[in-house]
Amino acid sequence: MRLSQDPTIDTVAKLGAVSVAMFAFVFVVMVPLYNVLCDALGINGKTSSEAYISVSAEIDETRSIKVQFIATNNDDMPWAFSPQVTEMLVHPGAANDTVFFAANPTMNAMVAQAIPSVSPSRAAEYFHKTECFCFEQQPLDGNGEAEMPLQFIVDQDLPADIKTITLSYTLFDVTSQMSDKVTSR
Amino acid sequence: MGDHHHGPAKGLSRWLYTTNHKDIGTMYLWFSFAMFLLGGAFAMIIRAELFQPGMQLVEPGFFNQMTTLHGLVMVFGAIMPSFVGLANWLIPMMIGAPDMALPRMNNWSFWILPPAFLMLASTLLMEGGAPAFGWTFYAPLSTTYAPPSVTFFIFAIHILGVSSIMGSINIIATVMNMRAPGMTYMKMPLFVWTWLITAFLLVAVMPVLAGAVTMMLMDIHFGTSFFSAAGGGDPVLFQHIFWFFGHPEVYIIILPAFGVISQIIPAFSRKPLFGYASMVYATAAIAFLSFIVWAHHMYTVGMPVAGELFFMYATMLIAVPTGVKVFNWVTTMWRGAMTFETPMLFSIGFLVLFTIGGFTGLMLSIAPADFQYHDTYFVVAHFHYVMVAGAVFSMTAAIYFWLPKWTGRMYNETMGKVHFWVSFIGFNITFFPQHFVGLAGMPRRIPDYALQFADFNMMSSIGAFIYGASQLLFLYNVIAAIVAGEKVSDEKVWDGAEGLEWTLPSPPPYHTFETPPKIEEQPAH
Repeated sequence: MRLSQDPTIDTVAKLGAVSVAMFAFVFVVMVPLYNVLCDALGINGKTSSEAYISVSAEIDETRSIKVQFIATNNDDMPWAFSPQVTEMLVHPGAANDTVFFAANPTMNAMVAQAIPSVSPSRAAEYFHKTECFCFEQQPLDGNGEAEMPLQFIVDQDLPADIKTITLSYTLFDVTSQMSDKVTSR
Repeated sequence: MGDHHHGPAKGLSRWLYTTNHKDIGTMYLWFSFAMFLLGGAFAMIIRAELFQPGMQLVEPGFFNQMTTLHGLVMVFGAIMPSFVGLANWLIPMMIGAPDMALPRMNNWSFWILPPAFLMLASTLLMEGGAPAFGWTFYAPLSTTYAPPSVTFFIFAIHILGVSSIMGSINIIATVMNMRAPGMTYMKMPLFVWTWLITAFLLVAVMPVLAGAVTMMLMDIHFGTSFFSAAGGGDPVLFQHIFWFFGHPEVYIIILPAFGVISQIIPAFSRKPLFGYASMVYATAAIAFLSFIVWAHHMYTVGMPVAGELFFMYATMLIAVPTGVKVFNWVTTMWRGAMTFETPMLFSIGFLVLFTIGGFTGLMLSIAPADFQYHDTYFVVAHFHYVMVAGAVFSMTAAIYFWLPKWTGRMYNETMGKVHFWVSFIGFNITFFPQHFVGLAGMPRRIPDYALQFADFNMMSSIGAFIYGASQLLFLYNVIAAIVAGEKVSDEKVWDGAEGLEWTLPSPPPYHTFETPPKIEEQPAH
């Protein structure tokens, strides 16, 4: 295809289009593709940002998986944040409940967002959350406290060599950017 | 175009308004040399601080600004523009074209560079200091925790990206449309080939870099969360985007260097280049592979094993076309009537040291081993072997090789040889010990270090001062040659040199090949 009779202008027009396309490629391909791949493959220990619709399944009582919980504050987040229990023994396929505590020691209302990460990252796609406080932002009044629920199922198809799964939450202060733009994760 | 030949305009306006490829090439070369000295000065501060353990001269924050600016200035200010300058000077003369395809855009490509670097350097004087997050500017260091001057940094990157893209489009348009009749693609000198491929890489990845810094800008100022986990983004995404640009970028730096060496080694071996066609295909193969190996810079971010393996094997594959090139250069010298003038010395220095850098690169490509090497001085040693002994040595060789052609005057050969040996020895004293401290675990980008690394660091610093000082000798030699060098009467200058540029008088007239030259049946390479 020729864009111009003048071969030089033709070359320039094509190459200009390539560079514009590559700029757009970053935004419209690389970013969404990265997020889709991470969600689908559990890369980086990312768990799904949406509640898992549980399918009825057998509970595999022949093995127990140790699930550990870690709660971390990002940066200078002042909240107290901790899991009720630091670890549980669960059977694959069974639904489990636990809660995390959060307390806002400041005088001001704040909003927090918890970001999950699963280790080993290979386990992320087998770790299903049917309910999680990390799906939404968590507002707390000054000096407020909350128990934040977590329900999860470890998939029966979890590879046999994974005996321990560590679920880590990092709590971010999103008060200043609290708006619709912040995706609920 | 009139029939009369006219010379350059006089005074400052000649340089401001010039559309002449030789003038623009000259400006690129001088600008990049100035940036080389500036980046070198930053490196001297780094090495002075690291001369002894403990905090000696500068604050840690300032040290980080120095490592950052050293990298940025050397990569974007010294190496890249110097090869663009070389391309401007040589490509039209090598393919028998009267000038670049887009002379006015050529003027712009150059003249937006100095303001960009002025802006980048001015961040040193700003409140909060210059960018201090390393030349790779990983988020969130470069977003959440960046100094306010980061916005100027982003704008500077945008400008020099635009400059590079315009320069590349110009080179591609020139090579594709302005070759003299009979100058088929497979007759082009290898320097033209490597630059053609480099220019395609630039057009493909400089916009990616622009995208990365635009996302940073939006995260910092417009409340988006591309790289912020709190808002649903991911800092690791930054690394993927950066290295998707960054890995082709390192070949953008080294491919023109391959081209230079492929011109010089045959000239001083008095033999045609061995395996011309395989050199072209190897260059193209390296360029292709550069797009699928980026994550070998980020083995430690927590990739799936399958990913680590893919990037490991793909990276190792690059050793094959690179090995073809090294083999061809060595074979070109085999049984040649070799002489060892300064350009040849730098080319052989390139060959030896670049190969060492290639081997350490192969070591780093092994994913399980990389966990030990990652972010240590071993990496620093590796990329200085390929960037300095690779790109800078070849650039130095190119200056010595073509300076008599450009200026019609010869440099001082003895001084050139002294420059080579002092550079070669200084370089190795600087960077060879860094392999050892790196393997022993010394992290990069730190202003202080454990006592066990003290001796090797002192060696490194002494070597760096020697290497740095030897570049002043180079500057003197070039200026002395231009001002009062012995006049060159021969068009060929070097008796083994082949190619169209050597058919022109030395110095070439302001306008050359206004009527296309006749291409002989004998290939010009």
